[in-house]
Amino acid sequence: MDDKVSIGMDSRRITTSQRETTRPFSLKKQSRLGENIIQGFLLFCGVLSMFTTIGIVIVLGSESIAFFRQVSIVEFLTNTVWSPQIDEFGILPLLLSTLLTSTIAMFIALPTGLAAAIYLSEYASRRARSILKPVLEVLAGVPTVVYGYFALKFMTPLLKSVFGEANVNIYNMASAGLVMGIMIIPLVSSMSEDALSAVPRALREGAYGLGATRLETAIKVVLPAGISGIIAAFVVAISRAVGETMIVAVAAGAKPTFTFNPFEAAETMTGHIARISGGDLSYASIDYNSIFAIGLTLFLMTLGLNMISRRLVRRFREVYE
Amino acid sequence: MTTLNEDVKSGLPQGEASRRNIASRRRKGAIWRTIFLSATIFGLIALSLLIYNVANEVFGYVAIEYAVDPATLSDKPLDELNKDELVAVLQGNMRKNAFRTLENEKPMANRSDSEVYDLVVERVLKPQTLETWTLRDSWFNKAAIDAQVASDFPEAKLEFRSWISTSFLTTPMSSDPLRAGVRTALLGSLWMIAITILFAFPIGVGAAIYLEEYATDNRFNRIIQTNINNLAGVPSIIYGMLGLVIFVRTLEPITSGRMFGADSGNGRTIVAASLTMMLLILPIMIINGQEAIRAVPLSLRQASYGLGATKWQTIWHHVLPNALPGIFTGTILAISRAIGETAPLIVVGASTFIVTDPDGPFAKFTALPIQIYNWTSRPQPEFAHIAASAIVVLLVMLLSLNAIAVVLRNRFSKRG
Repeated sequence: MDDKVSIGMDSRRITTSQRETTRPFSLKKQSRLGENIIQGFLLFCGVLSMFTTIGIVIVLGSESIAFFRQVSIVEFLTNTVWSPQIDEFGILPLLLSTLLTSTIAMFIALPTGLAAAIYLSEYASRRARSILKPVLEVLAGVPTVVYGYFALKFMTPLLKSVFGEANVNIYNMASAGLVMGIMIIPLVSSMSEDALSAVPRALREGAYGLGATRLETAIKVVLPAGISGIIAAFVVAISRAVGETMIVAVAAGAKPTFTFNPFEAAETMTGHIARISGGDLSYASIDYNSIFAIGLTLFLMTLGLNMISRRLVRRFREVYE
Repeated sequence: MTTLNEDVKSGLPQGEASRRNIASRRRKGAIWRTIFLSATIFGLIALSLLIYNVANEVFGYVAIEYAVDPATLSDKPLDELNKDELVAVLQGNMRKNAFRTLENEKPMANRSDSEVYDLVVERVLKPQTLETWTLRDSWFNKAAIDAQVASDFPEAKLEFRSWISTSFLTTPMSSDPLRAGVRTALLGSLWMIAITILFAFPIGVGAAIYLEEYATDNRFNRIIQTNINNLAGVPSIIYGMLGLVIFVRTLEPITSGRMFGADSGNGRTIVAASLTMMLLILPIMIINGQEAIRAVPLSLRQASYGLGATKWQTIWHHVLPNALPGIFTGTILAISRAIGETAPLIVVGASTFIVTDPDGPFAKFTALPIQIYNWTSRPQPEFAHIAASAIVVLLVMLLSLNAIAVVLRNRFSKRG
């Protein structure tokens, strides 16, 4: 088969090259060993990321199975007590505090981030942008453990002085949530700004032409046009809040508690994983297996949120292309 | 013309009503504009508060009580004494047996000046922090502090202390906040980052090249691309758990260095942490690298192919050199992410108390963010001061990295 093809190709020789050299000149795509090796290495690099995902799924899955052999999934999902010492493994207290801190964070991050995005994309002069955008970028680059310090040493005393020393625990979900909100503002504002900037100029000019003010243009025309991108930003922000570890590990407390009071200390899923794995942990214990069950829950939650967000972004891209 | 005028008259506000309508819409616009602006400035305020809050803890008065008043030890200030004089002070103020034990551990002649100085502080002066104040208090309430010290700690000396200093950078971890430093943590972070780059850079750039230059639009490659995007959103602590099982436990013979003759007991080493960090920053590096490569104009590639270059020759000689500034910028951003990342290191098992410098990839280690976390979690106020100082060190590192990224970007984009 191969021979036939090459003979066929060889017959289409170029006359000029024939005159110069006696050797036949082939236009056939030549297989070069070096190029193939390089391409193989590059392919391996690309595929390595697949192995990462497969690794995460296998690691979380297999350790979780070992855990669910001892604790039923129903108990895991419905019990409101997490206390490994007395064999109580209900994820609800951890999940609840994760959701509470994330909700508080979203109350800060979503409105502020969106308002900042509208300002930067619709109002800001070039000069204002050149000052405000880098500030937000720096805020995004501050390590989360520093935010944890900020929550414990600044936000908690502030909450104590506002709501009363006795009402606010030293470790509490409110301060962790509020600082987490501040941390997530840059993420929301930069993603939302991208969505708003992608709205074509013509739409704005149309609105101005009809006599709309800048605010009316921004709220009634630009915002609806970029809405799916903005919602995508919101979803990513939630996923980021759910997976955030250091702020809650430092400021939210180190005891799983089933409480709706944001001024109480309550450990989140990520905080629990960090605390348990930070100690001297025996690999054979159920404690060790349990953090993987929590990790699996966390992974599935964030993966789901990120997939929703990506689908939304794709939809909003299709509108104007 | 008249009909149009009548239409307008019937449908839209006229005269006074129109003016009021426009004025109220303008007012609404101005109010919301202020709201949007203040939301943006909120970020600026938060950042200033954070910096203020850190700086407030880094400097301030400290009430220290010494076992022996430093002024009585010699007629010159202690830090001006030379080594022999310091040894004399040591000998004169310690019990003979204790001094002999020290001499047996390591003869005085073999100890450096600063080691002897530390010994004098540790064995003779025995400073104890009784109370510390923040920068704000030290600035505005000096009189109150003086009064408090005079009434509560009559023996104590009040000193203005900068918790961050050269000795903070060069001394190892200690359980005494007065003498603790970030040397081991800083070296641990640097080792970890160096090895992370060593692995992550070639693989990240390779994957970016594959996806941009080689991958055709088929199902397999689309899955790889989606997968990378999804990985970028996985919480960092999950990477830590992956690293714990794969690198610390499964690959223990390699990561503990046993296969290379440098056994460190278990897999909780720098290499394990670096490999975990590599997996964490790869998605970011690949996505940034892809953007840089995509920005190289197609005409460059076509010109190269037109001259008969092979695919790899085109990439190596034309695409990569043009994409390099972008790739470097992306790499630096990924590195700054890795330097500040704490959660995966906790899970992979960075130690919190290590006093010896890491001596290679298979050493046990601690890192700056781990140290900050550890110190922040301690209830004693002295630890807040050194946590804040470690934060300053970390932030300065990150800022200088970002400055390098900006300089690189500017320099290369001018040349291009």
